[in-house]
Parts: sequence; C-alpha cells; structure tokens
Amino acid sequence: MSATIIHTATEPKRKARRGRYRYHRVIFHFTAILVAALFLAPIVWVVLASFRTAAESGLPPLPPWPTKGFSIDSYIRLENFGQSILHYTGNSLFVAIGTAALTIVVSTLAGYGFSRFRFPLKSVAFVIILATIMVPFQSILTPLFLLLAKLGLQNTLIGLVLIYTTLQLPFSIFMMRNAFDAVPKEIEEAARIDGVKGIRMLVQVMGPLVLPGVVTIGLFAFLNGWNEFLAALVLLTDQDKFTLPVLMTSVRSGRFGSVDWGAVQAGVTVMMIPCLILFLILQRSYIRGLTAGAVK
Amino acid sequence: MSLTYQQPDIKKPVSKRRKKSNRAQWIGLLYIMPAIALVVVFFVIPLGMTMWMSLHKWPLLGVQSWVGLANYEQLLSDNGFWQALWFTIQYTVAATVGLIGVGLALALMVQSQGRAIAFYRTAYFIPVVTGFASASLLWVWLSNVDSGLFSPLLQNLGLTDERTNLLATYGPAFWLVTIMVVWKMAGFYMVILMSGLQSIPADYQEAARIDGAKAWQRFRYITAPLIKRPFALALIMCVALSMLAFDQFYIILNGGPQNSTITAVYKIFNESFVSFRLGYGAAMSMVLLLILVALSIVQLRLLRDREDS
Repeated sequence: MSATIIHTATEPKRKARRGRYRYHRVIFHFTAILVAALFLAPIVWVVLASFRTAAESGLPPLPPWPTKGFSIDSYIRLENFGQSILHYTGNSLFVAIGTAALTIVVSTLAGYGFSRFRFPLKSVAFVIILATIMVPFQSILTPLFLLLAKLGLQNTLIGLVLIYTTLQLPFSIFMMRNAFDAVPKEIEEAARIDGVKGIRMLVQVMGPLVLPGVVTIGLFAFLNGWNEFLAALVLLTDQDKFTLPVLMTSVRSGRFGSVDWGAVQAGVTVMMIPCLILFLILQRSYIRGLTAGAVK
Repeated sequence: MSLTYQQPDIKKPVSKRRKKSNRAQWIGLLYIMPAIALVVVFFVIPLGMTMWMSLHKWPLLGVQSWVGLANYEQLLSDNGFWQALWFTIQYTVAATVGLIGVGLALALMVQSQGRAIAFYRTAYFIPVVTGFASASLLWVWLSNVDSGLFSPLLQNLGLTDERTNLLATYGPAFWLVTIMVVWKMAGFYMVILMSGLQSIPADYQEAARIDGAKAWQRFRYITAPLIKRPFALALIMCVALSMLAFDQFYIILNGGPQNSTITAVYKIFNESFVSFRLGYGAAMSMVLLLILVALSIVQLRLLRDREDS
C-alpha cells in the first residue's frame, strides 16, 4: 500500500521528465536529419544535375533536377574529350583492381610470413615497412618519376599500380599480420598432420579464416587506387593513359576559355558512384579497417 | 640425482628438432620477399635519391652537377617557399579546428546504437569515401559564379546584392576550400573519436548521472579525460594530412587568386614538374619530410604512452 502512495506521489514528476525527454528526442532527430541532409546534399545535387539537357547544364542548379526533360547529353559529351569516357573508366578500373589484387597477394604473403615464421632480421624488416608510413610519398615523387623512366615504366598504368601498392603495404601488412595472429596455431597443426603444406596451407586452410582482413585491405587499396590524384597527374603524361581524376581535371580546365559544366557533373558522378556502392555494400569491412589502422 | 642424469637424454631430441624447424623458419623470408622488394625499390631507393638530388643542380634534361648545400642556402632566402609553408600552416590550423570540432560533435551525436543513428552515421561518413579529386571537382562546380549553386543561392537569399565570384578573393576562397574539406573529412574523424567514446564503459556515465551530474559535467569530467588519446591521435593525423594538402587547392583554386593559395606540396610540384628544377624541388621535399617525420615521432610517442597505461 505504501508503494502505491509513493507511486502516485512521483507520477506528475515522472510525466514531466518523460515529456522533456521526448522533447529532447524530437530536437535531436530534427538536428541529425538536417545535418545528414547537408552532408548528402552536394552528392545528390551533382547526380541530379548531371541528367539535365545540354541547354540547362550550364545554368545554376536551382532546382537541381532536370526541368526540361531527362537527358544523358552530359555523359555523351564526355565522349568528346580525348578517347571515350569508357576508355578512361577502363584505365581507372585497371589501376584500382590491379592495386587491390597486388596488395592482397603481397600483403597476405607478408602477413603470413611475419605472423608464423621466425627468421633473422624479421623485426627490422617489419619496422622498416611500417616506418614508410611516416614519410609522405609526396616528397619522393620526383625520384619515383625518374625511377619509373629507368625501369621503362614511365607513362604506364603498371608503374602506377606498383607505386600505389607500395603505399598500401604498411597498413595492409599490419592488418594481415594481426589477422594471422588471431588464427589459433592448432588449426595449422591439424592441417599439417593431414599433409597440407606450403602455399596450399596459406590459400586453402588460412585463406578463409583471414578473409575479412583480405576484404578490408582490398577495399582500401581499390578506393585509394581509384581516387588518387597527385601521383597520377605527375606520372602519366600521355592523355591515352589518364585515369578519371586526371582526365576530369583537364575537362574542368575547359577548352578555349569555356568549361562544359555538364560534362564535369557527369564525370564527378561516374567517379563517385562506384565508391559509394562499394562502401554501402562493405561498410563493416571499411569501418573495421579504419578503426584498426587508426586506433591500434 | 636420477633427475640430473635424465636431463641430457630429453634435451638431445629437442635440440635436433629445433635445428630442423629453424631451417623451415627461413621460408618465412620467401613470404615477405615481394613486400620487401616493393618497399626497397619504390620507397627506400627514392628516399635516398631525394636526399642525393637535393645536393645537386638537377635539370630534367642535361647534366646534373654537385652543388653541396647550395639548394638549402637558396631555400633560406626563397620567400615563395616560406610563404607556401606559412599558408599551409594557416590552412592546417583552420582545417584542424573545423574537422576535429565537427568530428567530435558528430561523434557525440552518433555514439549510441539504433537504426536511425546508424543511418545518420552512414550519411555523415559518405563524403569520406569519395576521392579528394572528385570532391574538389564537385565543389568547383558548386562555387562557380555563373553555373554553380552558392553564388546564385546567396543572391536569392538576399545575402549578397549581386552575383559574387566566391573564388576571386582570398578570404571567401580560403574558407570555401576549408568548408569543403570539413564536409569531406569530418566523418573520418567522427569514426575515430566515436571508437574512443564507445570504449568508455556505460556504467561510468550512469553512475555520474545517478549522482546528479549534468550533461556538460559528464562530458567535462568523464568523457573528455577518457578520450584524450584517440583525440590526440585524430589531431595529429589531421595535422599531418592537412600539411600535405594539394588536390583541393590545385583543382578548385589553381593556386589563385594571385598565387595566394599555394601549399607546400603545390610549391614542390611547381618547382619539380613545371619549372623542372628537380634538385631544388628535392631540397624542399626534404624540409617538408623533416616536418612530417617530427609529427610522426610525436604520434609514436603518444601511441607508446597509450600502451603503457
């Protein structure tokens, strides 16, 4: 009985608190949605604007969506810059996929080596690889330019892949070594008793167990290869070899003083969409890589 | 006594096995070989070459000649370089305050669980995955005076009397690039700071709440001291990345107006790949490299402290 008395006594107070709580929640979600709109707006704006007609594409995007009919003119006009846009997308894909594949192979091998074997100079090698992260690659760009020329790789996409892969190695090898460290030794022992050896052990037994790490380093390598600008700008001098960021910068510089903004909108859309799709599918892997690389 | 007698008997086979397995351990070198080769060819050698080149007069074509420290001497009196460095520092301060401030605010907003929160988190993070080049191209269009969004919008809202070119004067141009970078990268620092916030046990906040601590007090006395290290880490990453800014200034402003927004990397780029004075560019690279390495050493020290505690 005493309990019910206390209950009724505190009822108005609790109600007031609950009311204030709800009020706070409404304010919070209102603000959060507003901020989300601000962060998404530029991307939504450019994607919508890229589908306007040629006549409209140079006008301010107010509103951003096509008002004189939907058209893919802007994308078609992109074809007139050098080779077709498909060619440059192909270049970018080659560099991004090449970087991802090579990074996965090299880092998985190295991660396995660093995790499972003891050999002389192991810790020195590991420290040297990790220490490269301290040196900004921007400061070694000139020698890289000369070095690629010496190796006959100047102006080739392969040269770019090799450099991008090297830049991915400290992060990726660190990730993969940790991934292998987390696999219990007993699994390998059991496989060894079954007669599995060498590279087969790595691919068939360990591979599936470190797959999340492989996905993470592959994703980062792909995105960095796809988006990198400065090295591509410096190392690719032949327009045939341009990747999308370099091509789009020359589109943006315009011809005879006039810039085709419709083509810029279309190009930006082509560059952004693959990144967004990959991220939305593999969000978990991406965030894991980010927090592991930054916090550990 | 029987014990001491038995010991060598056990030891023998063990040492034999270890010898055998030692040989197997050497295979590890084979596994790391490709990585070592790449790092040596595309990192260690170029790094040595940068040092070597900085001591030479090194035109793109023609003969290079040893000049000792002359490049560095010239650098001391090169106003353009110090101006670029000073501009980079100003930009770094502005961008870091903006990014860490907005990043922390966002992290506090999205640290709890829930479907709506997960959506907000994704929305704030999305600009991070687009490249700097595409983000810059997007914003150069948005800030174009005739075909963009900002100038007409400001005019329609009555904030400016006429259509103003935001990229024509230093102030607006500088802030426009800084806002673009905050838009693009705030989500990144949000995630780093959020992982710090989430590692604080929920009981701490609960206990403080029961003791009657206000939201601000809880932040000041519980949250702030406990996320000091992720915070310091985010800070240093932000400073290092901002010191190396290039893409956004090259694409959006082209160094203008009146060459007032040339960053350090931009200056090196101009010197090496526009004027083709490779030796002088290498000397500039060395100075920038030393600044960044100093920053990294501070970062490493912070990380080590973290492991100790």
